[in-house]
Amino acid sequence: MRPLNQLLLSDMRRMWRQCLAITILMACGIATFVMSTSTMRSLEKSMDKYYDDYHFADVFAQLTRAPNRLSDRLAEIPGVQRVQTRIVRSVIFDISDMVEPASGKLVSIDRDSENSLNGVGVLRGRLPNPLGRTEVLVSEPFATAHNFAPGDQLEVIMGGRKEKLHIVGIAMSPEFIYAVQPGLMITDHRRYGILWMPRRQMEAAFNMEGAFNDVVLTLQSNANEKDVIYQVDRLTEPYGGIGATDRSDQASHHRVADEMHQIGSMAFITPSIFLAVSTFLFNIVLSRMVHHQKEQIATLRAFGYDRHEIGFYYIKFVFILVSAGAVVGCLVGTRLSWWMTDLYVRFFKFPIVVREFASFEATIAVLIGFASAILGSIFAIRRAVNLPAAVAMRPEPPHSFHRSILERMGLKRFLSPLGRMIIRRLQANRRATILSVLGMALGLAVVVLGSFFEDTIDYVMDVQFQRSQRQDVMLTFNETVSIAALHDVEHLPGVVLAEPFRSVPVQLIHGSREHRVGIMGLEAEPKLFRVMDDTETPILLPPRGGLTISEKLAEILEIETGQTLTVNVLEGKRGTYQINVAAIFPDYTDPGAYINRQELHRMLGEGERLSGAFLLADPARMDEMYASVKQTPAVAGVLDKNAALADFKEQISANTYVMRFINAVFAFIISFGVIYNCALITLAERSRDLATMRIMGFRKLEVSYILLGELAIITLLAIPVGLPIGYGFAWLATVALDTETHRFPLAVSHYTFAYSTCVILATAIASSLYVRRKLDNIDLIAVMKVKE
Amino acid sequence: MNTKLDTKETIKKEARIVFRASGLTKIYHMGEVEVHALRGVALDLYEGEFIVILGASGSGKSTLLNIIGGLDIPTAGSVSYLDHDLTASNESELTRFRREHVGFIFQFYNLVAGLTAVQNVALVTDIAQNPMKAVEALRLVDLDDRRDHYPSQLSGGEQQRVAIARAIGKRPDVLLCDEPTGALDVKTGIIVLEAIARINRELGTLTVVITHNASIADMADRVIYLSDGQISRIVCNENKKQASELVW
Repeated sequence: MRPLNQLLLSDMRRMWRQCLAITILMACGIATFVMSTSTMRSLEKSMDKYYDDYHFADVFAQLTRAPNRLSDRLAEIPGVQRVQTRIVRSVIFDISDMVEPASGKLVSIDRDSENSLNGVGVLRGRLPNPLGRTEVLVSEPFATAHNFAPGDQLEVIMGGRKEKLHIVGIAMSPEFIYAVQPGLMITDHRRYGILWMPRRQMEAAFNMEGAFNDVVLTLQSNANEKDVIYQVDRLTEPYGGIGATDRSDQASHHRVADEMHQIGSMAFITPSIFLAVSTFLFNIVLSRMVHHQKEQIATLRAFGYDRHEIGFYYIKFVFILVSAGAVVGCLVGTRLSWWMTDLYVRFFKFPIVVREFASFEATIAVLIGFASAILGSIFAIRRAVNLPAAVAMRPEPPHSFHRSILERMGLKRFLSPLGRMIIRRLQANRRATILSVLGMALGLAVVVLGSFFEDTIDYVMDVQFQRSQRQDVMLTFNETVSIAALHDVEHLPGVVLAEPFRSVPVQLIHGSREHRVGIMGLEAEPKLFRVMDDTETPILLPPRGGLTISEKLAEILEIETGQTLTVNVLEGKRGTYQINVAAIFPDYTDPGAYINRQELHRMLGEGERLSGAFLLADPARMDEMYASVKQTPAVAGVLDKNAALADFKEQISANTYVMRFINAVFAFIISFGVIYNCALITLAERSRDLATMRIMGFRKLEVSYILLGELAIITLLAIPVGLPIGYGFAWLATVALDTETHRFPLAVSHYTFAYSTCVILATAIASSLYVRRKLDNIDLIAVMKVKE
Repeated sequence: MNTKLDTKETIKKEARIVFRASGLTKIYHMGEVEVHALRGVALDLYEGEFIVILGASGSGKSTLLNIIGGLDIPTAGSVSYLDHDLTASNESELTRFRREHVGFIFQFYNLVAGLTAVQNVALVTDIAQNPMKAVEALRLVDLDDRRDHYPSQLSGGEQQRVAIARAIGKRPDVLLCDEPTGALDVKTGIIVLEAIARINRELGTLTVVITHNASIADMADRVIYLSDGQISRIVCNENKKQASELVW
């Protein structure tokens, strides 16, 4: 081996602790990046494969009733590959373990259910016998929520009659990864489920022989989706079609895509920040390491090694460290991504797991690592090799010590001589002090970034489910009912207050932008379901006041307050209206639009018809109320706010939990790596002075007081610098997490700041105690023998 | 200049001048202080000579050695090695000069702690044009049996001898020693000086030793006395002593 390579190995052996710490820094940055991007790739591939294998449709349309022959005409539309007509009906379940009613959908299946569009995969049990009148498949989440198993029975109110159905199998379909209650955008696996029943039985039960009310289509790869949708709308409209949608508007996929987008954003922004921070810290640590080696560099220069050879030596050094970091990062990241992919696949209930390695992104991460490490260290290396050898071999001239700022401020009497020494040293070694403070501050900032998300979720839940929505229950009716029904609702046992609403599916158009949404007609001054502005003041909805829309919707439609948009009603008599945007409010969940209920009735040209009501109920009498609701045929669904809250928590909190946990762990490692390194370097830089003091008779305690005092001051200075940086990182993360169905306000609690500070303090204390032990064991003679 | 030429100057004239310095001045800025390390030094050094530069701490001897060795450049004046003007050389030319012609020995050995004796020597022989084998260099300082020892396993004298082996391994034309016995006891110091003298004698290497130890002057061909950045006198030794005869 070449002597210089032997020197390289020997240097690495000598500085193994620092090398290990900075390799870990780099590995953490690359690992989070590889993990997140590989997980995203794997998830997307798993989803695509699931969708492909089970022939998930591209276009979806609902109508009232159309003859089966319409199917042929739909199939003739240019670009259409396959057409599948179905019968889909809403039903109410009467489940013995629930006081409140549950609702769901009954979907017809053909014989070859796996090969039909939106294929149904039986997970347990078997397919229903096409001739068996009461046999059904139950969706897996609903079955899990109620512990249903093949062989169980289920009471369903269908077609006005209560029927006892036999569960023969538990199944999943890409169409119902999320079973979303219409108009609610909330999944509640306990209260909303999907059943699949042989088509012939559904035809009989719902009087739909020779007809269908739901159609799904797949398209050829070169098809023009818009044209197909236009043609489908044209053909289905006479049969009560409410407008076909593409996959992006399909409720389940919309939700899945949104969740994936969220994981994707989280998978991108936090690791990017980690990578940036870890490479930056890598540079700081490396440049100080190189600086500390200037004597060795000078010796090599005296022997006649030229700048390029020495520069190349350090580049090799960096290369080995980054390579080690990259290899470890890629391996750990890949292994973690398998684990995370499995978790998410289970979360989304995809039956297929495809494990992908995001090689492109990994290469980019590694290249970024290399580039920034070399770029960063090149300055330190250049400084080191440019230093004339004779200068480098002379002891450094004493720093220009002056009275410190604190002393000049007249605080001298508060400082002990040792305290003065600490302050003056920090001030004289300004560059090293600043780099240490910055490094530690970044360590603190990543801890804030790794742990702030809980605060945001809590904040959203508090605003959305406590301050904004004060109802306990939301009732929805099968069909709209007259205002008279409100009295029945008000007289349900335990109901304290009932507030009616009317909701209607619409398409909002502004210029070239359009979005489908449900407009909700509320009271002029809602008491239960309130829309609040950014100062958390409830927004009033006066008659003729116009439409109040959420920020996200305004963003999608590119509209501002005072502008007019077009409303296409997608229900009943249909109709197109122009309406003014009266107000825009901040929202954290699905885009929403609200209007005065009377104004909505007027717009729809109807009397006071209600879609449902918000109820405030006596908690003690909830069971009684639910029992009564169960007996009310008009009620289609009940949404318990606490259940919705739990759902929200599950969706948002659970799906990001793993990622957040891993981020928190990496944040901890990064902060530990930098602080530990900072302590080691400080010890190396000070050991000669400190040993001299020991020789002069200072006690171990006094000497460690100086070293630990320096570290303590650096840590204390890092806290006020790191917390705002952490806040900035958190802001970046919330910006990246902004999706259609969820947005995240920037909320970082005092608790998170306190927690992060404690983590850093604990890390600093642990590192300091370690270097103190090293300092206590320092070989005084050996240190003094070595020329500076 | 307070230079006194001795009577044997005529003999030296027959030998080739290796280094010629004139008007060497060096001013350092150490923190807030300006240090005049050299004040117009002029001297010639001849092939195969054993030179001892003697002076108190701060007299400028290390600075002079560094400038001769191409480690430092003077603030004013010139120094040439054979027909090369070192003061006109750029950084890479100086590096090549050191690499091809100069062997350095430092007071604190400057061995690389993580490399064995032989690896330390190889660090230099590896980049030389016509080096001896690292083991051979160690044999010249009687350390070939300790070739695989790390510096921490060697005594101070042994470490300095490894440093000598490292310096001579490249067969340098000039050996520059900065207080080579400064960190050693008398007995060990003598062993080290014997090794240096042997190299000078057997390889004919121009050897410059700087020291503040006046006893060492007895083994030199010429002794250059430095004081306050100037040469106060140059003395030619009539009766060179062996290192083993020295006492201090």
